[in-house]
Amino acid sequence: MTHPTSTSTASTSAYAPGLGKSPGAAPESPVPATRPSAPHRLRAWLSAFVFTVPALVLFGLLVLVPMGYAFYISFFNWGGFGTPTDSVGFDNYTRLFDDPVFLGDLWRGFLLIAFSIVLQLPFALAMAVLLNQKLRGRAVYRMLFFAPYILSEVITGVLFSMIFAPDEGLADKVLDAVGLAGLGGDWFAGQDTVLPTLFLVMTWKYFGFHMMLYLAGLQGIPAELHEAARIDGASAWQRFRHITLPLLAPTLRISVFLAVIGAIQLFDLVWVITAGGPDHASETMVISLFQYGFKRYQMGYASAISVAMFLISLVFALAYQRFVLRRDTEGAITTMRGNR
Amino acid sequence: MSAVAKTDAPKASAPRTSAPKTNVPKSVVRRRRLRAIPVYVILWLVGVFMVTPLLYALVSGFKSTDQLSSNTFGLPDPWVTSNYTSLLGSGAFWRAVGSSTVIALATAVLTVGAAALAAYALARFAFRGRELLFTLFTMGLMFPFAVAILPLFILLRSFGLLDNPWGVILPQAAFGLPLTIVILRGFFREIPGELEEAATIDGCSSFGFFWRILLPLARPALGTVSVLAIVGSWNNFLLPLLVFSEPTWWTIPVGIQQFQGQYASDVARIFAYLTLAMAPALAFYAVAERQLIGGITLGATKG
Repeated sequence: MTHPTSTSTASTSAYAPGLGKSPGAAPESPVPATRPSAPHRLRAWLSAFVFTVPALVLFGLLVLVPMGYAFYISFFNWGGFGTPTDSVGFDNYTRLFDDPVFLGDLWRGFLLIAFSIVLQLPFALAMAVLLNQKLRGRAVYRMLFFAPYILSEVITGVLFSMIFAPDEGLADKVLDAVGLAGLGGDWFAGQDTVLPTLFLVMTWKYFGFHMMLYLAGLQGIPAELHEAARIDGASAWQRFRHITLPLLAPTLRISVFLAVIGAIQLFDLVWVITAGGPDHASETMVISLFQYGFKRYQMGYASAISVAMFLISLVFALAYQRFVLRRDTEGAITTMRGNR
Repeated sequence: MSAVAKTDAPKASAPRTSAPKTNVPKSVVRRRRLRAIPVYVILWLVGVFMVTPLLYALVSGFKSTDQLSSNTFGLPDPWVTSNYTSLLGSGAFWRAVGSSTVIALATAVLTVGAAALAAYALARFAFRGRELLFTLFTMGLMFPFAVAILPLFILLRSFGLLDNPWGVILPQAAFGLPLTIVILRGFFREIPGELEEAATIDGCSSFGFFWRILLPLARPALGTVSVLAIVGSWNNFLLPLLVFSEPTWWTIPVGIQQFQGQYASDVARIFAYLTLAMAPALAFYAVAERQLIGGITLGATKG
């Protein structure tokens, strides 16, 4: 999230605002080492302030204030109208740990993440490796595989809810036609089948995105490495295992990060298809939040869910940055890219 | 491999010595072609998996709902165009397209405008607290939109912004700021400082430099972030769903969901609506494929 090249240009541009307002100062102070005089600093600060005001107002009012407010109302029992007065301390939070729905949300989120890492991402990687070769029509395949990503979740959801409609949908008709009718049937309607079916739809929609990330990463691996290894007699698998995989590692880490954050925030697709059902079997944290907040008007408890969600994302993001992404800032790929 | 094979095949009969260095013996070419067959089969199968839902929606829109269950796989017989024509002739569909467009464009202008100004200050001014401010914005990358949705709704309600397009545009712009600022700041930093010095010596104010020099130079980056903002807004569902209770400003995603509820039994008609709703996004993708993919992957890796 931070920039690898953050400090280099700062010193040279430090003087520009001061120069702009008082051309007389230009000849004597081009050396970045001396500190600007107080009026200069004030003026630079003022213009910087003026430039950042629109963004700060928008961001503060519509992102930070709501976040803080969510935290505040999570300590109340509140129906959403009037001012919250019924303070309940940490009750909403202790309730979280007794709520089978919320605990189930965590478990289902974990399952979806595991599915993604074990199946979807390797599949995307395989497709990226295949499409990184010279093949007839590879541009078409790339474009086609990525296309679902730009469709809205709602379109995808409605489309697949009709394709997987029990008996009448395309999926069941196909299975019927090939004599495997026993396999289909419930899809989104079954307690045990809803998550795998949902995961299939998610793969359809999202794998092309990860594939594109990998393809961009693969472009950064010099062809000479593969040639040299081939001359040394390395097999295709060995080249993949010892060249492609290690050099693609930074991209893979980012893609895992995005898959996890995406699973934590999953809402639109599930809401449109199942609304969390049947009997909570596909409910996610955001769906619970929505149900409690806007359907049952338990704003306090719903806010506790959103705070929990925020903390989970925050802890995950910080830990991931600290322990997994950190080495990438000085990694082989990034420096190589910078030099080209 | 196939390109190599094609150009080299006729030359293979010529004496080996005169052939270019990259020439490969015919048997190798054939072996490589054979080896590529499983690859093509896999790609073709995945391609079918990807394209079937889209084509199925398109074709099913031309059927009646009865036809759909009796003749699922075949082409429509007869072709029913009323599903599409009735939608294209209805005000509701065009109104949804219109609101989606207006809201997406306004979001993009607002996001990119505010973010460009802030990114300029954060990239090219030295002032105390700059890094802190930047960190504050980047923190926003980690806030899932959904976390703030409850209080945001309450806030919009007390501002009287429910059933008002600004109630969607402003929050979308606010949540789009972090990523846009991160991308634009990175880009603004790469523009050499000498340019700025030259401009200021020629009497250019700092806003003049931003407006006349920095922004025109940053056109590709501005294009990228605008595309991101437009796509994000076009596909947003949760916020317009909550803000618009009246159909006047329903965007396409909200419209589809309501339409599905309304015509639940008329499946063919829903397929027609889906196809029409997909068309603008896919057309945009076909035209701006490179910017779109570049923008989305860049946005993801920067974030």
